[in-house]
Amino acid sequence: MRFIFDRDTWQEIFGSIRKNKVRTIITIIGVLWGIFVYIALSGATKGLDNGFEREFQGIANNSMFVWTQRTSMPYAGFKIGRAVQLKLSDAEELRNKLPDIQFIAPRNVMGIFGGSPPQVSRGMKTGTYAVFGDYPVIDKISKKKIYEGGRFLNERDMENERRVCVIGERVRNDLFDRDEDPVGSYVKLNNVYFQVVGVYKKSENVDFEGDNSLMLPYTTYRKIFNTGENVGWFAIAAYDEADVIALEKDVKRLLKRRHKVHPEDERAFGSFNLGEAFAKLFGFAKGLNFLSLFVGFATIIAGVIAIGNILLISVKERTRELGVRRALGATPAEVRGQILLESVFLTLVAGILGIILGAFVLAIINVITQGSSGFPYTNPTVPIPYIFSALFIMVVLGTLIGLIPAQRAVSIKPIDALREE
Amino acid sequence: MIEIKDLHKSYRMGSNSLHVLKGLNLSIKEGELVAIMGSSGSGKSTFLNILGMLDEADSGQYVLDSVPIKDLNETKAAKYRNKFLGFIFQSFNLINYKTAIENVSLPLYYQKVNRKERQEKALQYLEKVGLKQWADHLPSELSGGQKQRVAIARALAAEPKVLLADELTGALDSKTSYEIMELIQEINDEGKTILVVTHEPDIANMCKRIVHLKDGVIVEDTFVEQVRASEYVQ
Ligand SMILES: Nc1ncnc2c1ncn2[C@@H]1O[C@H](COP(=O)(O)OP(=O)(O)O)[C@@H](O)[C@H]1O
Ligand SMILES: [Mg+2]
Repeated sequence: MRFIFDRDTWQEIFGSIRKNKVRTIITIIGVLWGIFVYIALSGATKGLDNGFEREFQGIANNSMFVWTQRTSMPYAGFKIGRAVQLKLSDAEELRNKLPDIQFIAPRNVMGIFGGSPPQVSRGMKTGTYAVFGDYPVIDKISKKKIYEGGRFLNERDMENERRVCVIGERVRNDLFDRDEDPVGSYVKLNNVYFQVVGVYKKSENVDFEGDNSLMLPYTTYRKIFNTGENVGWFAIAAYDEADVIALEKDVKRLLKRRHKVHPEDERAFGSFNLGEAFAKLFGFAKGLNFLSLFVGFATIIAGVIAIGNILLISVKERTRELGVRRALGATPAEVRGQILLESVFLTLVAGILGIILGAFVLAIINVITQGSSGFPYTNPTVPIPYIFSALFIMVVLGTLIGLIPAQRAVSIKPIDALREE
Repeated sequence: MIEIKDLHKSYRMGSNSLHVLKGLNLSIKEGELVAIMGSSGSGKSTFLNILGMLDEADSGQYVLDSVPIKDLNETKAAKYRNKFLGFIFQSFNLINYKTAIENVSLPLYYQKVNRKERQEKALQYLEKVGLKQWADHLPSELSGGQKQRVAIARALAAEPKVLLADELTGALDSKTSYEIMELIQEINDEGKTILVVTHEPDIANMCKRIVHLKDGVIVEDTFVEQVRASEYVQ
């Protein structure tokens, strides 16, 4: 250990490194490139990862939607092709029977899945927009950002069947002047006036509402459009630790039983499982991550092997010098140690330079992609443990690869080394 | 200082074996200046390398300063070389990217002498060989004679018991050779034991004893009247 901290040891090493500048530079470039690729790739992947996360923030990523279609099998006296209708009581039943459900929101909409969007007007201004009938709990499943001064639908709205609505950004822009505050004003829908209680921001997420919808309390919607207990579809969020795919199956099984649908009928109920979609997307990011790790490490290893090779050549070139050193009293351990340290030192310097360069490039990418919301790419960083493990692996590899030239340097007898031309 | 008894050495090359040293016996006392002579290929270097523990004999005894030299592993040999022996080579063997003073202090580095002391000692020996003002020059900036002086300073720096010189004037013109021999004689005058391998009679005559090798045996071993090199040097 003393050997490593000895200033003279380092002088010997710097001496021999300085002696072969070109060799040293070429060597360093190999490893530097490897670690650079590793850092840049895994940082970029992390950026993509963060980007996906940003894209889907606000949506519970263990959520799903369930809706009805027509049956594809006859069952219990019913003919094939029967339309099934979800009811409010289904929500109750699902919640009671399936404890993995954290939130369930029955939803209705007019103007998206069939039916033309109703006209909404305010004074002379009119527009056609999708209208949703929602439970306040939908905000827990698919978060809406409400502009200052406004609010989302609440329980009181539900109980009193209040004629209130939350409107999308575009609806506000269409129906209100720039300097107007829509909160508190009224819009007319189906000859009924609704008071605007909030304006939601356009979301970068995927959702049904977009920025051109109105959201009414479920109870009010029911009354206005006379939909009774009918439900368009359910939005369901599972608890974090729940298995969403299993839950999706359970939900459908239960609904089939309640609606007398053949247990094997795959068409009667449709569903979309965000959890699964997420898993795929993040699986993709993970794959990228793995690829970058793999490519980075392969390049690093190639670089380290290049160091080993170049050291081997240099040891051959220096055979005579090493012979002289041994004639002057250098023990094999000292000769070996010097070459090993040279190898590790070169690897480390190259690695650190590569990390700095990689970080620099990531910073540039970050600046370029900032503000562009179209590309899912945010804050590309490489976790510190990655960097340290990369450095650690390089030290280990540098040592291992250095062993070859070190052994070669001492395997030759001093007398043969001195004879070498 | 050196006791050699029945020393044998042969080189094996494939199925052939070349018997180079065929039973050498030699005793050298402290303070001697011995020339080892013989025609090219007579085994002079082989003998010197064995004395220098750079190579091993096949059989025979070798005692250096009352220490029996046998069963050496490379680490032990390195330590002995460092402690007992100073080498001077025909081709100088200076490390070309190190300055004169760095070259001279190298054996001290392997002796684990601290840096300051190393610098002082190296400078002191450079002064002894008359190259103090060349301390910070690289070997490439020195003449052949100067290089050999640096090599001599390096051999002396570790304060060895014995100096071993193989054709130390072989690469030098005769004037420079005599200057180098003058230095060798001065060092010997101070009591250092020195062995000089040479095939040049005038160099051999500047020693105090001449050992002749022929066909792997010592054919002649005489003490001679030393010719002072200074007579040839202006
Ligand atoms: N490493 C070796 N392998 C085989 N033969 C060698 C080796 N070294 C020296 N020889 C042979 O041994 C003989 C003595 O060599 P050497 O001791 O160098 O002679 P000198 O120094 O007197 O010229 C020569 O014939 C030489 O060819
Ligand atoms: Mg020779």
